[in-house]
Amino acid sequence: MGAKEEILSRISSALRDAPVPAPVPREYRKTSDMEESALIELLVDRLEDYKAHVNVVDAAELSATIAERLKDATSYVVPHGIAGEWLTNAALANDARRRVDAPGAVLGIPELDGTDAVLTSSAVSIAESGTIVLDGTGDQGRRAISLVPDHHVCVVPVSTIVQLLPEALPRMDITRPLTWISGPSATSDIELERVEGVHGPRQLDVIIVKGL
Amino acid sequence: MSGVFMGMPSLPVFGDGNLHIDEPFPAAAHRELGNTQMRANLRHATHTIRDKRIKVVGELPDWEELRDAGAATKNQVMANLPALLEEFEKNFTARGGIIHWARDADEANRIVSDLIKEQDTTEVVKVKSMATQEIGLNEYLEEQGISAFETDLAELIVQLGHDKPSHILVPAIHKNRTEVRDIFLAEMPNVDPNLTDEPRLLAMAAREHLRRKFLSAKVAVSGANFALADSGTLAVVESEGNGRMCLTLPETLITVMGIEKLLPAKEDLEVFMQLLPRSSTGERMNPYTSLWTGVTEGDGPQNVHLVMLDNGRTAALADKYGRTALNCIRCSACMNVCPVYERTGGHAYGSTYPGPIGAILSPLLTGIKSEENSSLPYASSLCGACFDACPVKINIPEILVHLRGEDVDSRRGEKKLPSQMDLMMKGAQWAFSSGKNLGLLEKGLPLGKLAAGQDKKIKRLPGIAAGWTQSRDIPAPPSQSFRDWWKKEHQSEATTMKQEK
Ligand code: SF4
Repeated sequence: MGAKEEILSRISSALRDAPVPAPVPREYRKTSDMEESALIELLVDRLEDYKAHVNVVDAAELSATIAERLKDATSYVVPHGIAGEWLTNAALANDARRRVDAPGAVLGIPELDGTDAVLTSSAVSIAESGTIVLDGTGDQGRRAISLVPDHHVCVVPVSTIVQLLPEALPRMDITRPLTWISGPSATSDIELERVEGVHGPRQLDVIIVKGL
Repeated sequence: MSGVFMGMPSLPVFGDGNLHIDEPFPAAAHRELGNTQMRANLRHATHTIRDKRIKVVGELPDWEELRDAGAATKNQVMANLPALLEEFEKNFTARGGIIHWARDADEANRIVSDLIKEQDTTEVVKVKSMATQEIGLNEYLEEQGISAFETDLAELIVQLGHDKPSHILVPAIHKNRTEVRDIFLAEMPNVDPNLTDEPRLLAMAAREHLRRKFLSAKVAVSGANFALADSGTLAVVESEGNGRMCLTLPETLITVMGIEKLLPAKEDLEVFMQLLPRSSTGERMNPYTSLWTGVTEGDGPQNVHLVMLDNGRTAALADKYGRTALNCIRCSACMNVCPVYERTGGHAYGSTYPGPIGAILSPLLTGIKSEENSSLPYASSLCGACFDACPVKINIPEILVHLRGEDVDSRRGEKKLPSQMDLMMKGAQWAFSSGKNLGLLEKGLPLGKLAAGQDKKIKRLPGIAAGWTQSRDIPAPPSQSFRDWWKKEHQSEATTMKQEK
């Protein structure tokens, strides 16, 4: 008998008493009705608590804000699907610092390691826990690009913010590679003193965009 | 084939590996109690984390409803395990993942080691994982000439210090910053000799040390926090980004996971991803969660394996009073509130799983007859704090009492007369089996008052219970039982209410 068959047979034996568990009660909060301004305020509060830097801007100011956040980077990577109008600011137009990661033209790990920053969009954000979800689609890119560079500039359109995790899950395609980010990487392993940034990006800048 | 064996009763097959303790709990605890540094560190850690936990749990108006959903979901999973495992396998495999099944620690180790050798490498990076610790994977790989680098900062400290983890969440909490610096200076190649003991600088030294490894590793080994049956998705929850590095950059990813980690559907994540971070680190959410479903072309490892581990889990499942111990999501909340753990530390529990959950899980996985593990169910004061803290409502005290009864029963055949311990434990089993019995027993409390001295402390208990008072004084029981007090208070309440009318 193979290992699988044997394990399944052991389980069947173990469940000889045919337990009938109670149905799952789902009395917890599944929906909310928070207004847009309150949602933004909550998300900002949570992200700042995690030591992320947050800007809240109108769509018209987005490109300038991105330029501002990237001004110290000597190089940055963008995924191929990033919206063209995000890069129209004079400081970003025809920018020699920019590297584009695209299917069939991916940056190697050493190249990513030599890149200062990364700019991505995001799929959905959860205000209550301060969590931003990336799903690897065109404007978010492969998981590696938002991991190896030390500084992540992440755009959060207001239309993608929800209050609760149960409201966010239906918006996620679970079979895509998903990364949930709640602040920059952090450790508390030495005497419980929190140190931001160990292996992931040490700086997380979030730009929340109204009207997007 | 399988059809023939299905449903045929068989004896439980117990687990092996780092589950057995090598000295009885009372002896280990006695030694560890002398380690004042560790006691101070642990006290600080457990209190800090539990205060944070209380704060963020208090923010959720529906915490109890989430716990109810979590507990019920896990009970469903255990009852439907064969079907869920098949469903998971089908979905994970359909998306390019490869599943291996391992009956015990040795089989799991061999599978992982063979997969690594196929990749022609002698180095792997590892994400912290209880399952691989349980099977002793690092030691096994070392025998095979393969170096496994722990990448979680605390695990790295433990590994470089040739030490054992003392807590499942913060495994190096027994080391202070100066000790960590000394370990780094002695064991980390190319470390700056002027390294100070500032936590930030220590973390950055670890970053430097591991960065090349992350960027060049061909194979990574991880555990998993959850597996979703309806999509074949795996999830890893972490803080430092070392998990993302391992799960994303190498070509080959090998995950080792206990068969009990399944959740039926995506929807269940909404419960468990609220329960886990708040219960474990006391955060609203952990910094990083990664989810993957088999292979995604062009993104992450293209050679993705999963080892499904039994190693005693089916034996635990066969214990109808103990099986809910498999519901554990390894959050560590129970150890942070446990008065026994706070004083003895994780090392005293000997096995991979310390604290209240370890006291039930280890003997369930290895069988209560396993030499020293039979002492673990006694490593508790039955105060019930672990039950209150547990996000999936595992009734640890009840299972402890059940296992003590099993232990007594298993030794009955070997002795002519029941020992004093047998009688006490039989008594405890009886007392905790119903509230009425407990009430009867509590009526005996005023007697305890007599044994206490002027300072209201009992210095020595008679007979076998003396073992407990060897290492500590215990406060005298109150002159009145809680039940009596409650009855009296509420009677007077009722009277007052009547009078007001
Ligand atoms: S038994 Fe409960 S509280 Fe303890 S680690 Fe497991 S889930 Fe957490």
